[in-house]
Amino acid sequence: MFEETNNTAWCPGCGNFPLRTALKDALNELELKPEEVAMFTGIGQAAKMPHYLNINGFNGLHGRSFPPAVGMRIANHKIKVIVESGDGCSYGEGGNHILHNIRRNPDLVQLVHDNQIYGLTKGQASPTTEANLKTKVQPNGVNAEPLNPIKFALSMGASFVARGFVGDREHLSNLIKEAMNHRGYALIDILQPCVSFNKLNTYKWYSQRVKKMEDHDSSDYYQALKLSEKWGEEIPIGVFYKEEKQTFRDRLSHLDDTPLVDKSTDLEEMEDLMKEFK
Amino acid sequence: MKKNILIGGEAGQGLQTIASILGKTLFREGYEVFTTKDYMSRVRGGHNFIKIRFGNEEISSSEKELDLIVALNQETIDKHKDDLKKEGIILAESEVKKANNIKIDATDIAADINPKGKNTVFIGAVLKYFGLELNKCKNVIKENFSKKEEVVEDNHKLLKAGYDAIETKEKCVEVAENDKRIYIDGNTAVGYGAVSAGIKYYSAYPMSPSTGIMNYIAGKQDELGLVVEQAEDEIAAINMALGASYGGIRAMTGTSGGGFALMAEAVGLAGITETPLVIAEVQRPGPATGLPTRTEQGDLLFAVNVSQGEFPLMVMAPRDHEDAFYQTFRAHNLAEKYQIPVVILSDQYLADSTVSIPEYDFSDLEINRHLVQEKSGESEEYNRYEVTEDGISPRAYPGLLEGEVVLADSDEHDKHGYIVEDGNKRIEMADKRMKKLDKLISEDLLEPEYYGEKEIDYLFLSWGSTYGVLKETIDLLNEDGIDAGVLSFNDIWPLPQKELEKWVDKDIELIDVENNSTAQFAKLLRSETSIEVDNKILKYDGRPFTADEVYNRFKSEVK
Repeated sequence: MFEETNNTAWCPGCGNFPLRTALKDALNELELKPEEVAMFTGIGQAAKMPHYLNINGFNGLHGRSFPPAVGMRIANHKIKVIVESGDGCSYGEGGNHILHNIRRNPDLVQLVHDNQIYGLTKGQASPTTEANLKTKVQPNGVNAEPLNPIKFALSMGASFVARGFVGDREHLSNLIKEAMNHRGYALIDILQPCVSFNKLNTYKWYSQRVKKMEDHDSSDYYQALKLSEKWGEEIPIGVFYKEEKQTFRDRLSHLDDTPLVDKSTDLEEMEDLMKEFK
Repeated sequence: MKKNILIGGEAGQGLQTIASILGKTLFREGYEVFTTKDYMSRVRGGHNFIKIRFGNEEISSSEKELDLIVALNQETIDKHKDDLKKEGIILAESEVKKANNIKIDATDIAADINPKGKNTVFIGAVLKYFGLELNKCKNVIKENFSKKEEVVEDNHKLLKAGYDAIETKEKCVEVAENDKRIYIDGNTAVGYGAVSAGIKYYSAYPMSPSTGIMNYIAGKQDELGLVVEQAEDEIAAINMALGASYGGIRAMTGTSGGGFALMAEAVGLAGITETPLVIAEVQRPGPATGLPTRTEQGDLLFAVNVSQGEFPLMVMAPRDHEDAFYQTFRAHNLAEKYQIPVVILSDQYLADSTVSIPEYDFSDLEINRHLVQEKSGESEEYNRYEVTEDGISPRAYPGLLEGEVVLADSDEHDKHGYIVEDGNKRIEMADKRMKKLDKLISEDLLEPEYYGEKEIDYLFLSWGSTYGVLKETIDLLNEDGIDAGVLSFNDIWPLPQKELEKWVDKDIELIDVENNSTAQFAKLLRSETSIEVDNKILKYDGRPFTADEVYNRFKSEVK
């Protein structure tokens, strides 16, 4: 069973708490064992998740949660893999890795704690912070448009794109389950308030706006793209798009189903390779 | 007998084909062969050349003075004429004034068979020049163009036509064939060492002059069931390899100095997470883009000090093509034994030269994974960073131990891997990590290899690929009655010191020879041992040393 461990370094009321509960519930309902799941995180408050759950974890570098997760899947595709970090780590420092891993379509789930602000470094703009919002280092307001992670992932051809909200834990937990069951790359952008540094996007702000996509057909790509532009008065949550397509491992057609980690090396076979140098 | 040939022309004229076919043919005849490449960072045009040195005695480096120039263009003649020995010959399509010249109408000859095949005409001419037969070369051509029968046929005709076009000038000493030798380049030697050590994953971003390692391993993917991934950048390359290593397989990455700079932070990540990793750093002259296709030993101190903070790291610099294989194999065993990053510091000279060497001996090779097989006690939980006497914690990967999870952490952590900020715990973990180096130094560090006379007046210090050049330099000096020797360092960091102690304070002059401008090894030596070298012979024009060059500089600068 997955359980919560340790006292967290999170602020009271932080959106990370309900997110952790939703994740824990999802993993338990999927009847996975802790040793069967590995979590790859970067740096930031969200990235501390593997310290607060009994789970295999690789808490790596800022912005680099994704690449080691792909390496893990190559070593052992029987282990379920979750990439988890905040909006700054995932979309800012790690932007290039998302871009290219959507192309690879590895079979894993990426959870982005999107509170539209940098928390751990105390309140600077993140890639998803609203334009013109004033912060300590952007005293005249943020001078760039926010990234739209849903539209970005959709336009890159991601095979599963969803948005969740920590204020609706059950819905989020179901999204995580659906993503874990999806074969291929699954992104869930998770809206959550930063109670300490984001005074704009609060629980109240989100609660008044988020709306579950009830009659949206998640196989309709162009409808999904259209919905991805909805932001402001109404913010849709749920699965925007879902498609099964060739995964990274499917393309490694020279490999059989035995994980590389269970394979040994035959030195006699290696010695034989010397022939080509004669 | 030793002969030195230079083949020069533009990129795109098929120099590479001449080099590989002619080199392999001479090797198959039974000669010792040493081939080096000098090429520009471009795909077409420019001036490129290849030097093939061959003979019936040991050859451990390239040589400056030439016996034969094969000129595919005028520029080759202009640039290299002065390096020709007195009785040296230029084989070219034009008449050359004030030089011994054999003219061959290669373009016309090729035009009748296959206009693109001028290079093969030259191969035939070179073989005839040295009085060699065509049979072995025909086989090499067949293997080289194995997929296209027509191409093989054309090339056989081109070869014969070139062969018939000139007369034998210098009949080579005949040698017996030797099937206990191989012909291999430095990048392939590293790649072969890596797959032999059981790597299952290699990720890299293409960068000259390291790409040859990736090419070799990628070519073995299907046969050996490995994965090679071209990453989006070097940061991804090393982090992917780290994830694979955490996942339980042997993994590796490779790059040159610029890429290694991007990887720096993740080398520290390997250090603090104690994730085994081998990184091949094939040096080229920097900083920044520098000279992309040339050679230098300018990254030594960078490699030793690669990342922020303090962590155990090993740096080794293979001295030749034999060493490159064995050390890469050993690097993987040591990375796993000590759970540390190991950097293999090669360079363009070693990477791009192809030489004949004895077969690799597999009889003493053993793969040691050093993984924990079970929990220490039934009731005890598994802790990835358990504090032990030698600092080495039990290493498991996810899924290896039933009911246990493995937590690797880039933050300072406790024995389980959980984040801590407590000062005493920090000291305990920092000490635990660094302690691993003590064990490495006492159990596994390789002392430098010595070559030379027993009683000497001059000791040359060498690290990495300059060894072959210095061996020949020592021979030249000994012939002159100068008593000299060379200490060749393979393991650089931690710095082995025992062998060195035997030679210092003995009225022996220490001469540091390095392919860089600031004598980085001498600096390292001084900071670690207080030993000061007496003389330095440095070179940083992007080209490798030759023995005659070091010999001459010794005569003019030292003695």
